[in-house]
Amino acid sequence: MGGVPLLRRGGRAGLGLLLPLLLAIGWEIAVATGLASGRLLPPPSRIGATLWELAASGDLWMHVEATLIRVGLGFLFGAAAGILAGALVATIPVLRWLVDPSLQALRAVPSLAWVPLFILWFGILETPKVLLIAVGVFFPVYVGVSGAIASVDRKLVEVGRIFRLSRPALARRILLPAVLPATLVGLRTGLGLGFLFVVAAELMGASEGLGYLLVDGQQFSKPDQIVAAIIAFALVGKLADMALVTLTLPLTRWQDTARDSL
Amino acid sequence: MTAGSRSAGTAGSRTGTRARPGQGTPVLVIDDLSKTYADGTRALEAIGLSVKQGEIVALIGGSGCGKTTLLRLIAGLDQASRGFVQVDGETIAEPHPSVGVVFQEPRLLPWLNVADNVGFGLSGLGRSERRARVTHALERIGLAEHGGRWPRELSGGQQQRVAIARAFVAQPRVLLLDEPFSALDAFTRKGLHDQLLDLWAESKPTIVIVTHDVGEAVTLADRVVVMRPRPGRLDETVAIGLARPRDPVAATYEEAVRRVLAALDHSLRPAAANRPPAPETRASWW
Repeated sequence: MGGVPLLRRGGRAGLGLLLPLLLAIGWEIAVATGLASGRLLPPPSRIGATLWELAASGDLWMHVEATLIRVGLGFLFGAAAGILAGALVATIPVLRWLVDPSLQALRAVPSLAWVPLFILWFGILETPKVLLIAVGVFFPVYVGVSGAIASVDRKLVEVGRIFRLSRPALARRILLPAVLPATLVGLRTGLGLGFLFVVAAELMGASEGLGYLLVDGQQFSKPDQIVAAIIAFALVGKLADMALVTLTLPLTRWQDTARDSL
Repeated sequence: MTAGSRSAGTAGSRTGTRARPGQGTPVLVIDDLSKTYADGTRALEAIGLSVKQGEIVALIGGSGCGKTTLLRLIAGLDQASRGFVQVDGETIAEPHPSVGVVFQEPRLLPWLNVADNVGFGLSGLGRSERRARVTHALERIGLAEHGGRWPRELSGGQQQRVAIARAFVAQPRVLLLDEPFSALDAFTRKGLHDQLLDLWAESKPTIVIVTHDVGEAVTLADRVVVMRPRPGRLDETVAIGLARPRDPVAATYEEAVRRVLAALDHSLRPAAANRPPAPETRASWW
């Protein structure tokens, strides 16, 4: 609440940009005046030029597309499996006792530990990449959905009983809207992890994708390309997250918390 | 009037012409109703009660005397261990279209706006009929302007009004209210009493309201039934023969309050000699 009255919302956002901007300008000057060589960390102008070159040649879009397709497919499979497993485990007690301990144990495994096994099983083409991303997406979605269903307010379910809703109507009109917010949070976390794992997946061997740009930049000592790829990752990831939030916002408009935190 | 068109569509279809009894015919009949939980706790013991068309009965008593359990059995939300509940001659085993419930908490669905909450139980009706009933109900509870708002944007009293409207638009024959105003302040409560009676006067459903507020019981009810705990059973019944609207400072009102208080006081003493039920319950009390 405190602070200078001038710094309203827009001002505060601008303030956040000040530090990185100063650093970038400082580095640019340092390299330009010969204070630093800029060999390992190129100045912003060079990174910008590289980024522009990649975009102009069409290479950048090819890599972005490859990465997005992998994340998209992995997210789709992982989220579908997570929702299905979460719903089944939360509604069928036997299944919960049978399956949930194993899934929780698997969840404790750092997903990157699967990489060698997946490469052994599926080679280094698309399958292990999509699978790895799907595994990363699966767990937050699974935990979100099963937790949400388990904690649905029994009192609201009773309202449905009073109005004699059939089981499908109860699921559609009460359970589904009740679990939606937690499910969306799980999906959002899952999407973030999907971008985390696509890097790992593309590091394990790819001929295209933003992760490939990273590896290529390292092998041929092109730090400007590495930083350009990192920036592209940040932009694509943020845009995908914003798209998910924008698409699902109407579904949780009724919520206090969703509105404030998104 | 409204009650006739309603019963023809729902309860009337099975009970035929008996579905529209005149004043004086019992709508709600409870006989020998008992509830014992799996752990052996006797929550209710041999409840017998008969409530006429349009009558308002208040159940009053301390906590643990089975008021809420009794209401849940009437609503068909729980199963009785013995005895039965009948509405218009139909035995209640599960929630019934003729029985509406207003819970202690509003229990509005947070993802539906106020109007959709009021119309929640009307999914069987046509769109225009549903809208007409919802609009009318919102007007009656003074929330006509608030149909598009979210439940969380309303005060506690407004939310409970919406819950009452949701129950009324389904036009139940029997309306059950479980301490619906206990969380509200005295001013809000007074306003809600008036609005409840206002809605009741329209379609005259039979009402059973659980309360622990003597003033509320005397303001609303035709009959106040005092309950006794361990096991829960009905004790004395106090008839409130006052015309509505009731004036809380009138001598007759105060006299009615005194009679209910006396009955409550009596229910808190050990069972008297004129109360025959099982000797072991007498011993275990106090």
